[in-house]
Amino acid sequence: MKLFQRTIRDLHQMLLDREISSVELTESVLGHIDAVGEKTKAYLLVTRELALRQAKAADDRLRARRDVKPLTGIPIALKDVLCVKDVVSTAGSKILKGFTPPYSATVVDRLESEGAVFLGKTNCDEFAMGSSNENSGYWPVHNPWGLDRVPGGSSGGSAAAVASGEAIAALGSDTGGSIRQPAALTGTVGMKPTYGRVSRYGLIAFASSLDQIGPMTRDVVDAALLLQSIAGHDPRDSTSSTRPVPDYLATLRKGVKGMRLGVPKEYFVTGMEPAVEQAINDAIRLLEQQGAKIEEVSLPHSDVALPAYYIIAPAEASSNLARYDGVRYGHQAPGAKNLIEEYMLTRQQGFGAEVKRRIMLGTYALSSGYYDAYYLQAQKVRTLIIEDFKRAFEKVDALLGATSPTVAFPLGAKTQDPVAMYLNDIITIPANLGNVCGISVPCGLADGLPIGLQVIAPGFREETALQVAYAFEAAADFRKLQSPLMRAA
Amino acid sequence: MAITTRYEVVVGLEVHAQVLTQSKMFCGCSTDYLVAPPNANTCPVCLGLPGSLPVINRRAVEATIRTALALNCEIPEFSKFDRKNYFYPDLPKGYQISQYDLPFSRHGHLDFDVNGEARRAGITRVHLEEDTGKLQHEGAIEQAQSSLINFNRAGVPLMEIVSEPDLRSADEAREYVMRLRAILQYIGVNNGDMESGQLRCDANVSLRPVGRIEFGTKVEVKNMNSFRAIHRAIEYEIVRQTEVLEAGGRLVQETRGWNDARGLTVSQRTKEFAEDYRYFPEPDLPPLEVSRQWVAEIGSSLPELPAARRDRLIANFGLSPYDASVLTSSKPMAEYFEETVRLGAPAKAAANWILGDFSRFLNADHKEIQDASVKPVHLQQLIALIDSGVISGKMAKQTFEAMYRAPDPEPALTAAKGSSQISGDAELTGIVDQVIAENEKSVADFKAGKEQALKFLIGQGMKLSKGRANPQRLEALLREKIA
Ligand SMILES: [Zn+2]
Repeated sequence: MKLFQRTIRDLHQMLLDREISSVELTESVLGHIDAVGEKTKAYLLVTRELALRQAKAADDRLRARRDVKPLTGIPIALKDVLCVKDVVSTAGSKILKGFTPPYSATVVDRLESEGAVFLGKTNCDEFAMGSSNENSGYWPVHNPWGLDRVPGGSSGGSAAAVASGEAIAALGSDTGGSIRQPAALTGTVGMKPTYGRVSRYGLIAFASSLDQIGPMTRDVVDAALLLQSIAGHDPRDSTSSTRPVPDYLATLRKGVKGMRLGVPKEYFVTGMEPAVEQAINDAIRLLEQQGAKIEEVSLPHSDVALPAYYIIAPAEASSNLARYDGVRYGHQAPGAKNLIEEYMLTRQQGFGAEVKRRIMLGTYALSSGYYDAYYLQAQKVRTLIIEDFKRAFEKVDALLGATSPTVAFPLGAKTQDPVAMYLNDIITIPANLGNVCGISVPCGLADGLPIGLQVIAPGFREETALQVAYAFEAAADFRKLQSPLMRAA
Repeated sequence: MAITTRYEVVVGLEVHAQVLTQSKMFCGCSTDYLVAPPNANTCPVCLGLPGSLPVINRRAVEATIRTALALNCEIPEFSKFDRKNYFYPDLPKGYQISQYDLPFSRHGHLDFDVNGEARRAGITRVHLEEDTGKLQHEGAIEQAQSSLINFNRAGVPLMEIVSEPDLRSADEAREYVMRLRAILQYIGVNNGDMESGQLRCDANVSLRPVGRIEFGTKVEVKNMNSFRAIHRAIEYEIVRQTEVLEAGGRLVQETRGWNDARGLTVSQRTKEFAEDYRYFPEPDLPPLEVSRQWVAEIGSSLPELPAARRDRLIANFGLSPYDASVLTSSKPMAEYFEETVRLGAPAKAAANWILGDFSRFLNADHKEIQDASVKPVHLQQLIALIDSGVISGKMAKQTFEAMYRAPDPEPALTAAKGSSQISGDAELTGIVDQVIAENEKSVADFKAGKEQALKFLIGQGMKLSKGRANPQRLEALLREKIA
């Protein structure tokens, strides 16, 4: 087994045992990026020098056995929406081409203080708006399981990097499914923590009331490890929670015996592929065999989650993206004759079609005369969805369902039909609107393409989601599955 | 003005007051934007860089609640911030964090007087928002090839104090702002400086036929940076609007800028491309719960306000309501007056000097009383010289001007005392003995450590000497004798 194929936990042990050095490990991953990077196009920027410098520092730390943490010396990829001091950070958008923030996101600071190694910035849909990574302002990402397939989105680059062996783990961001859906489509584990669990400071905002940073890893243990290091209150983010962060590893292996797991009937949506439905039912049965009590539950407002999301998220985005006006940083249209023209040309040239579509949707939804009918109405729907989850979690400990109704679809298949594209997130969006947490864990293959099982737990009960996901992973053992790009090495 | 008789004037004022905090509204940057080099006091948050997030400055919230309480407002238990969206280069995020439907306060009132008569204007709300940066054009805005932006002011906390349309004349509007400014200074939330824009005032002016209830078309007047400008601009608008209506014309709802040099208002293009600000709750800041205990704490720490001080000056010193109002319109002026009287000057004389020549000189120089070289101790001595007949009234005026103009007023004062000043210890000792004998309590107070008591004793000594004693020697001897 090559180093780049291993998990954080394995590698941490090997580093502790001085079996390997972080520089060796980092070189192994960088070498694999050289080998397959042109195929996946997972990275927008590989920070080779920074990575090797950090690896050397991590080795010093390991050698001295000083302040060694689970992530010390582990090569990690960062979604391009995360600001890294002195490293170009563009959120996958041309309007931020060349933008080099003078500060790092809080999560980046935390990983850095643990001694993690930064491989680079991964590709994503522009400003995290998309479900296939085809909205990247630079280039699409290819799924390591089938290069003609999308990796999902918006954290498609992070997912592809973890699935192909181009990173041991990665950080993504999830506004409506942007971690879980690409994790499902690439056979990796991806977790969206509860809103407020992880600081958003330094995360280039898409929709401020929904965005959340989370881990994308090879298995559930790694997800727990990575979440552990990034979770917790941050005084720079007033929406981050002051609740203490539990020890996620402590409860991980407790199993599901006696746990009540709910299956929302609404999550078996029309258009779900039969192979996906089959795999989910098999997964549910497996958990039942492990001693879980399975119950059908109802989340009656699930059908209005998608329309509500496509009001709230674009509304916030239309405001969040107003700052990209060419005045202070990023792209500035040359040759504008006056201020208004400069604004219009800069934004015309800098933003892609999907971003423009959502800015227009959001602007419309907030306009006077429409605010009550759209934005306010959508907020009321959001309240109903929160209530749905509360009622369901009175009866069960966690919910089970598919992450995505389909496996990875071919590149270009849905680019002409925005609504078909939006439907990819139909089962992931409620968790964002409902202030709960969710994780996607691999649960099989259909025609050689991965399927993801989604586990949803109440707000700030990440340990419960991880516990169920781990029990399934251990029983099913799909963990051994590796993408062709990872295996080929 | 005869033409105003057919129409009733309706004025509402929106006052923006920068809150005197050390750091900005949502970040740790210094609020100094007047002295600091351009863009020195900026950070990712107040520059609106991607991924930055605001954190509320609790002191700015406290100042807003303090102001609201001084203006008799209700403070709701829940409040929130909202985004006001518009594009302009001085607005780094493309939206201003402000308050829309749940401000920190509403339903207050402000009492003031116009020529000694009591008036009351309703306060619609006091809310908190962030200031913008400042544009600097290379030459006139119409011709400039480029503009520079200084973001030092971006994110400075700004209160907006909105009055009901309860003001009925330019006089009332001016008096309202004067009283409001005094209150803000008294409670220490704003420095009252209109010229540098730390206190700004916009007026909504409309006319309606006498007896009609519905409001007429309102015009928003901006750019008034002195009390005088507020008065002149509103007077101008009243005449302009009356003429339009008299001629059978219709007024348009618009924003007009006051041009102080030309003495008229000019229609302004609005700076926003659209009037629709698309307000929505700021998702980066959780709603605020304003605890009743906090409100009570802030309320109990409010100092004496101008209206109360004015009443006290009338009651204690027998001042006219007009004099008392003007004296208390500025906290430093009221304090100057009280200090002068405490040093031994008769109240009426002190008020006359402060409101007369002194104010005239200060206004001409655009200076505040606390910045003058003439301090209460000097004014008190001058008044004592007149009272004791050492100098004539006419000579006093000349002396005062000389004192005011000099960086140090002592030489002019000493010159006025002339050779009549008593510096010899022999003569002064007699005076000192008498002062000590006649003011046992103050002597005891001073012995107990009250420095203030000594000032009183010096004042008594000056009085006895008819202002001729050398105050330094007098003080030295008093200290010696009492010790
Ligand atoms: Zn700042």
